[in-house]
Amino acid sequence: MRRTLEPYLWLLFSGGGVVAALVLPVLVLLFGVLMPLGVLDWPTAGHLGGLLGNVLVRLALVVVVVLCLFHAAHRIRHTSEELLGIARFDLVVALLCYGGAITGGVLAVMLMF
Amino acid sequence: MTDTTQAVRQAAGTRTIRLEVARYRPGQDAEPVFQGYDVPLMSDWAVLDGLNYIKDQLDGSLSYRWSCRMGVCGSCGMTVNGEARLTCGTFLTEYGEGPVRIEPLKGFPVIRDLVVDIEEFLAKLTSVRPWLIREGEDPPLTAEYAQTPEQLEAYKQYSMCINCLLCYSACPVYVLDPDFLGPAAIALAQRYNLDSRDMGDRFDVLNQDDAVWGCTFVGECTKVCPKHVDPAEAIQRYKLTAALRSVLPWSRR
Amino acid sequence: MKAPPAAYRPRRDHLWFARTRNYTIFVLRELTSVFVAWSVVFLLLLADAVLGGRLAGFAALAAQPWMIALNVLALAATCFHAVTFLNLAPKATVVRLDGYRLPAWMIQGGNHSLWLAVSAVIAFFVLRGFH
Repeated sequence: MRRTLEPYLWLLFSGGGVVAALVLPVLVLLFGVLMPLGVLDWPTAGHLGGLLGNVLVRLALVVVVVLCLFHAAHRIRHTSEELLGIARFDLVVALLCYGGAITGGVLAVMLMF
Repeated sequence: MTDTTQAVRQAAGTRTIRLEVARYRPGQDAEPVFQGYDVPLMSDWAVLDGLNYIKDQLDGSLSYRWSCRMGVCGSCGMTVNGEARLTCGTFLTEYGEGPVRIEPLKGFPVIRDLVVDIEEFLAKLTSVRPWLIREGEDPPLTAEYAQTPEQLEAYKQYSMCINCLLCYSACPVYVLDPDFLGPAAIALAQRYNLDSRDMGDRFDVLNQDDAVWGCTFVGECTKVCPKHVDPAEAIQRYKLTAALRSVLPWSRR
Repeated sequence: MKAPPAAYRPRRDHLWFARTRNYTIFVLRELTSVFVAWSVVFLLLLADAVLGGRLAGFAALAAQPWMIALNVLALAATCFHAVTFLNLAPKATVVRLDGYRLPAWMIQGGNHSLWLAVSAVIAFFVLRGFH
């Protein structure tokens, strides 16, 4: 029987999908839309720095980044293959997508710790 | 439906509807071409009745499959105005003034006109062993395997499949990649996996890139299913089963 | 048995995703992942600016019109992702109580309540925190 990595990738994809659904909209709404538009004031650098000073927050942020990037990588891989008809290059596409996610995760860890 | 002509024309008055039917005659057509036919627009006529009228009254060379005319046999599936439908359950009046485009099911080789080749599907269906697998016994023919209503309910929905292949035709994943095991075969595998009497294990067949992991959850299979089987759900459920069995070392493989 | 040699095999339809409304919605749902990735990059840029003491510079970048437009798109995409993902969850997770299935709307309702609660908690800590 051929072994497949898909079950593990799918678990990361699903976990990332849940995390992205729960935390991303509110963060984009606050930092990407409401604060730049001036509807809300930016928190002070000290306040945000204080939040990031908590090791639990930094750990949670790394988990969020890694899972969301794997979610995106998995979907971008499948969607690009279906849209562009490049399923025969699956290995290359997969390496690019998951490689990007791993790179992002490593960058996040380096940034936080 | 051969007692038509006069009676039918009178009942329909002068109202007709145009059917644009895909014709493919091997050796004669390089690829399918559309041929138009005007058939009486009867309020109680399904698309299949229109095709039968063509076959009986206008052009006996038209080829298509049908049998029961009551949504049970699963043989009259075609693409009607771009949608995968059972032609016996799709009424002409749904399409107003027409015209109605009738093409063979998408995703399958076309043998002739509206008849598609389903051999590959039959091989896939067999590969999931869609029957009750029992081990280590040779019971008398009179043996009964009683089930509680809850045990029946666990798989009953998936047992309603009539192999009409609408789900395959509506699935872009299958149409793009015919190696995909596909909705009906996986739903039928789940029908037996979830049966309390079944002792088989279909993990090795289903846990493959071209099996459950090929699905990207478009969900069209469920939307077109005339028997409300919900293959999309069957596939997602088995993804979870297969994923948990892959990561939990103590689960049976 | 193979198909008879004369069988017609349709060519690949390069515009399959434009053929029906449902296919287009499916592709849009999948493409939300691009904005999920962008949102993560944006948050990492923010964290980098906070840790490096360059929050004012980041706020100026985020206030650029093209950046706001991009993030409005990202907000729509991540919301669309959240709604579709949380709604589809009961397909994979069948919860049985007393032998019968919990109806899908209960699981979906629970998911959306959780989404609201998590959003409220995050907004609280970002905007006020405990002083």
